[in-house]
Amino acid sequence: MIRVVFAEWRKLRRPTLLLGTLGAVTFFSGLVSSLLFLLIDSPQGNGDRGVRITREMLALPSGATQAFSSVGTLLGVIALCVFASQTAQEYTYGTLRNLLVRQPGRVKLLLGKLISMKIFALIMTLVSAVIAIGLSYILAGTKDVSTTLWFGTDGWNSIAQTLLNVFISILGFGIIGMTLGILLRSPISSISIGVLWLLIIENIVGAVKPSTLDWLPGSQLSTIASGGTADVAYSHALALGSAYVGLGAIVATILFWRRDVAN
Amino acid sequence: MSNLAISVTDLSKKYETGFAVSHANFQVPIGSVCGFVGPNGAGKTTTIRMLLGLISPTDGTGEILGISINEPEKYLPRVGAMIEGPAFYPALSGAENLRVLATLGGFPLDRVDELLEKVGLGARGKSKYKTYSLGMKQRLGIAASLLPNPQLLILDEPTNGLDPEGIQEVRALLRSLADSGTTVFVSSHLLSELEIISDHLVMLRKGEVVFAGPIQDLLMQQQPFLLVQGTSPSDLEKIIEIAKADGHKGTIRAGVAHIEGPAEWAGTLNKKAFESGITLTQLSPQLPNLEETFFEMTGDKK
Repeated sequence: MIRVVFAEWRKLRRPTLLLGTLGAVTFFSGLVSSLLFLLIDSPQGNGDRGVRITREMLALPSGATQAFSSVGTLLGVIALCVFASQTAQEYTYGTLRNLLVRQPGRVKLLLGKLISMKIFALIMTLVSAVIAIGLSYILAGTKDVSTTLWFGTDGWNSIAQTLLNVFISILGFGIIGMTLGILLRSPISSISIGVLWLLIIENIVGAVKPSTLDWLPGSQLSTIASGGTADVAYSHALALGSAYVGLGAIVATILFWRRDVAN
Repeated sequence: MSNLAISVTDLSKKYETGFAVSHANFQVPIGSVCGFVGPNGAGKTTTIRMLLGLISPTDGTGEILGISINEPEKYLPRVGAMIEGPAFYPALSGAENLRVLATLGGFPLDRVDELLEKVGLGARGKSKYKTYSLGMKQRLGIAASLLPNPQLLILDEPTNGLDPEGIQEVRALLRSLADSGTTVFVSSHLLSELEIISDHLVMLRKGEVVFAGPIQDLLMQQQPFLLVQGTSPSDLEKIIEIAKADGHKGTIRAGVAHIEGPAEWAGTLNKKAFESGITLTQLSPQLPNLEETFFEMTGDKK
C-alpha cells in the first residue's frame, strides 16, 4: 500500500499540478479574506449571499477562522477537480493497465491513490489556513477589528476545529470527484458534471426552494466546512454528508474492483 | 515445477456481440520466444489482457509461471508487459514515468537510468513524455516492461512506430533476453521479424487458435513451392497447365506463377517447359515462410 502512496505522490507533486493548485488555493483564500474585511462596512454585506459579519462577530475567538471556513467550498471544488482528473486520466491516458500490472490489488491501488490525494488535500487545507488567518490578522488591524481573543485558548480551539472541518469537507468533495472520475472515466466529463452540480444546480435549487439545502450533498459539505449554519446543524450535515460520500466511495470501489480494464 | 511459462485451457471471453476469444488452448515453454499472430480483431489483445488479470475470462483456465491467472498478484511481480502500445503520463519525463512504475512495483530506482540507456533513451530521459516521437514512446514502453527483470515478457506490437534500425535493435534485445532465460511472448504484425526471432508460434483467427506449437512444425506442414516466370505473360498459363498435368497446383500472382512442388521437381518442370517452347526466365524453389502460411491459415490474402 505504501508503495502505491509514494508512486501516486510522484504524480501529484509535479510543479504544474502542485504549485498551480496551491496558487489557486492562495488566490481564493486571499480573495475571501480580503472581501470579508474590506467590505466590513458595506451595506450589501461582506459574507456569503449578502450576510453581514460585523466587527463584533469578527472579534470573537472564531473570528480568525471566519474567512478560512468561508473559503471551504471553493477549496472543495478545487479538490473535486484534482481528485477527478487524477483518477479519470488513468483511463484516458491508458495508464491504468500499467498500474494494475505493477499492482494487481485493485482495492489496494485505489486506497493508496486516495491516501496520497488526502495528503494533497491536507497541504491545500494548511496553505489555505495560513493565508486566510494570516491575511485576516493583517487586515483586522487596518479595520479596527480586535484580535485579542483570536489566539487565546478558545481561539486556538476554534482554529483546530475549523481546520478539521475544512479538511473533512475538502475530502468529501475530493471523494465525490474521485467517484465521478471512476464512473465517467473522463476528466472533462467528471469535472464539468461535478462543478455544474455543486456550483450551479445546487445553488439554483437552493435559491428556489431553500429547504432543499437541508439534504443536497454539496450543501452538507459546505455546512461541515463552516461548522454548521443557522438552518442546518453541523451533526446533521456531517451524518448526511458522510452517507453521500460513503455511498459514492462504495459504488466507485466496487466498479473499480470488478470492471474489466479494456480501452 | 512446470516447464511452461504460459498455459491456457479453453480460455474464452464473450461479449454481447459474441466471442472475442473462444476456447483458446496453447502452451508456451519457459525460455522460448513465442510469436502471437492473427489479423486485427482476432483476439490477441483480449487474450493478453486476460493473461495479465486486466479482464476476467468468461470461461476456461490459465496459468502463468505455474500460477493460476485468477491470482495475478502472485505472478505479475515476475512478469513484464506492454499492452496495446505505450501509455504514460504526458506531463512527466520518461525517467519520472518509469520511477512511478518502479516505485509502485517496489523495484530499485537506479534501474530506471540503466533501462533508459538500454533502450537508447539515455539522453532523453529527462524530457517530457509528450515531446517523444512514436518510436521513443515505444522504447519507453519496452523499458517499463523490463523494470521487474522479468521471467516472462509479454509485448503487444513492440515494434510499432520504430524505424528499421529500431526494429533490428528490438529484435536483438528480445533475442538476448531469451538467451538469458527470459520467456518472450510477443504479438506483432511484422511476420518476417517474428519468423527470425521466434521458436514458437500461436496463431489466432476470429478468436480461435488455429495453430500453437514450434514454428518449424507449422512451416513443415506447408508445401514448398516454385516461383516461375517466362519470357511473356502468356507463358504463365501454359506453365500452370504443364504443372497441373504433373499433379501440381499453381496460381498466378503479380505476374509470377506460384506452383506447389519440391525443389527436386524444378528440373522436370524446366525440361517440360523447354519441350513446350517456353523459355523460363525465373525458376526459384521456395520454402514456405511465415507470411505465406499466415495468409493461408487466417484466410487473409495480400
